[in-house]
Amino acid sequence: MAEKPKAGCARPTGGPVGQKKPAQADDKTQPQEEVKKMIQVGKPAPDFSAPAYHKGDFTSVQLSKFLGKWVVLCFYPGDFTFV
Amino acid sequence: MSVDSVFVHKMWNDNELVKMVNGGVPFPMLSDGGGKVGAAFGVYDEDAGVENRGRFIIDPDGVIQAYEVLTPPVGRHVAETLRQIQAFQLVRATGGAEATPSGWKPGKITLKPGPDLVGKVWQVWKTDMESD
Repeated sequence: MAEKPKAGCARPTGGPVGQKKPAQADDKTQPQEEVKKMIQVGKPAPDFSAPAYHKGDFTSVQLSKFLGKWVVLCFYPGDFTFV
Repeated sequence: MSVDSVFVHKMWNDNELVKMVNGGVPFPMLSDGGGKVGAAFGVYDEDAGVENRGRFIIDPDGVIQAYEVLTPPVGRHVAETLRQIQAFQLVRATGGAEATPSGWKPGKITLKPGPDLVGKVWQVWKTDMESD
């Protein structure tokens, strides 16, 4: 796991890692939605780093640090959402 | 991972989840404020501002081998996730020489795809093996 962020009031942030911002298309008619890459089985997972709560500590997790291990990544609508 | 802050994760873990799981959640609870990571994985619902119930199995090379995405009201099935991981691990260990038929669990037969098996699966694998 990664370095521990400084404790404080600021809400830590994360996000996708290593993805270049799509270059401004010269052709303004191209809808921007098409720039989005679809995820696909058999293709690499997009890397990211994210703040985390783990066993009493605030920490930070980067997906690519888990290369060499099997990873289960779960998303859910929100804490306290029942199921 | 959800759009909640790590502070809310702490409250949920320490006040509720710890009552369901001894010692609380054993893995990191990730925060994705704004849903940027969820958007990259195709599970962020922009209209609702939250993430759907997505589950991704990522192999040691960082490759997505499987995913499942459910709308919020229906929960997942952890045993099925573990079964899939065991199946992917077997396939990886055999270098792809073996494949796991429908309903496979550890101990059940695998199939070895190749010229000899074409059209002969019915001889070695029966439909009632799916659910036994």
